[in-house]
Amino acid sequence: MSALAYTVADTAVIAKRNLLRIPRQPDLWVSFTIQPLMFVLLFVYVFGGAVQTPGYDDYADFLMPGIIVQSMSFGGFVTAIGLSDDLGKGLIDRFRSLPMSRSAVLAGRTLADVATNAVSLVVMVVVGLLVGFNFTSSPLEVIAGFGLLLLFGYAFSWVFAFVALSSSSAEGAQALGFMVIFPLTFASSAFVPPESMPAAIEAFANANPVSTIVDATRALFVDAPAGNDVWAAFAWCLGLIAVFAVLSVHRYRRAVSS
Amino acid sequence: MAECAIEAEGLSKSFDDVRALDGIDLRAPAGTVLGLLGPNGAGKTTAVRILTTLLPPDGGSARVAGLDVVRDAAALRAHIGLAGQYAAVDENLTGFENLEMVGRLYHLGKGPSRERARELLERFSLTDAADRLAKTYSGGMRRRLDLAAALVARPPVLFLDEPTTGLDPVSRLELWETIEARVAAGTTVLLTTQYLDEADRLADRIAVIDHGNVIAEGTPDELKSRVGGERLEVTLKNYEQEKAAIEALAPLADELPKCDHGILVMPLDKARGDIAEAVRRLDAGNVGIADIAVRRPTLDDVFISLTGHAAEEAEEDQQQEEAAA
Repeated sequence: MSALAYTVADTAVIAKRNLLRIPRQPDLWVSFTIQPLMFVLLFVYVFGGAVQTPGYDDYADFLMPGIIVQSMSFGGFVTAIGLSDDLGKGLIDRFRSLPMSRSAVLAGRTLADVATNAVSLVVMVVVGLLVGFNFTSSPLEVIAGFGLLLLFGYAFSWVFAFVALSSSSAEGAQALGFMVIFPLTFASSAFVPPESMPAAIEAFANANPVSTIVDATRALFVDAPAGNDVWAAFAWCLGLIAVFAVLSVHRYRRAVSS
Repeated sequence: MAECAIEAEGLSKSFDDVRALDGIDLRAPAGTVLGLLGPNGAGKTTAVRILTTLLPPDGGSARVAGLDVVRDAAALRAHIGLAGQYAAVDENLTGFENLEMVGRLYHLGKGPSRERARELLERFSLTDAADRLAKTYSGGMRRRLDLAAALVARPPVLFLDEPTTGLDPVSRLELWETIEARVAAGTTVLLTTQYLDEADRLADRIAVIDHGNVIAEGTPDELKSRVGGERLEVTLKNYEQEKAAIEALAPLADELPKCDHGILVMPLDKARGDIAEAVRRLDAGNVGIADIAVRRPTLDDVFISLTGHAAEEAEEDQQQEEAAA
């Protein structure tokens, strides 16, 4: 077999391993089912009445694309916690001592985490429809929107793989992760229109790639005008994957359990 | 001289300001067990990590199974097995799934991986637990599974990093027997341990490591002979008979027996008389004996005489090394 064939085969073995683990860790389900659900209810019913969203009759129509983007980024925590756990328990040492591909542990991990993100996505869409969200675009656009969201979640899994491999513990990875995710997702167009923010934060929100993803998702789900944002959104995701996959694999080659 | 399965020269490695390895040489001929004996933090784990390609050395070179640990790292990994002190098994997989996964990652193929997994579970008495998640296993079962994982590809060289730390005595003995069986089948083993009895039992040669240096090397017997030969230990029934006892036994040794709290210790010189002679002499002097025994020096004695401290006394160094790693 060629090196590439080994990489694909090893990645499949690791992805299968991580998929097998999902139903066996019910405590982890909270982070990708209950938690996003609570966020939706919180924003729609607690903050929703106070937020002005010009052009939208219902806050749920504005919110759902944004909050699903945020929950996809939270999916990165599943990646980070899983990798930190493997590091702490010495499994990464074992994998690194095996004649397997150097990228397979990370590629298999991030690939399996697409599955947890897909579960999250289904939960969010169902809850969204229940609180009044409506798709107003074509089925093809909706499917493209789901594709974009999962691709974005996959990109954030790579970002968090790097965070986990750069941290000395799972707690450290979580703390670092929150520092990245909170400003990126809240100071964006996800929850409120950026025009309502102070000038400096509005400028940040407009330049923020999360806004690009959110706007593209709105365009694909509720026909909001997005300009070139849809292509830019896909380009951002692919760029993030390319950069963080290279950085993470580089880290992995030198990672040792402590 | 037999071909060396493990050969290291001048290996050094530092973590920040801690010098974990300060230029060590190691040799293990094929089919033998080399014991790395040392307290926590002595550099044993660092040595294992370099030899298993997990860490690049700062200096020196090493070959394992004829392959350079840096230049030929990728090729070398197919020829080694590693069982670490953390029992690195996936707790959320079953025993069978763990071994099958490792087989696939050694590229044995699906069928052979499954077959090998079943075979190893059988050999390690884990067949009944094969389909249970590893998190339900006892400590001893996890270590056996970890060792089984290291053996999946039948590697000619096996690295065992403190394989029995934290195990109960029965599990320890079982693991020892398993390791002995692998060695009898021709496997070369590098074993790190802080237990002197473990090195004594399993190792053909021992390298004593302290603060990143090999401070002594030899067979267990050679190391023991460095702290002197056999000693006679007599516990007196009555403290007041110390003087009489010393007088009775004095002709058996060059130096006068030492006596403390009714326990008399002296080197035993077989040419002058054995334990039976000692009993006769004490009896003739009407000295009551509570206990009498010939004591061979243990590796504990070796360790203390080499390092000036006991094997268990280096927890602080360990924490330093961990913090640095």
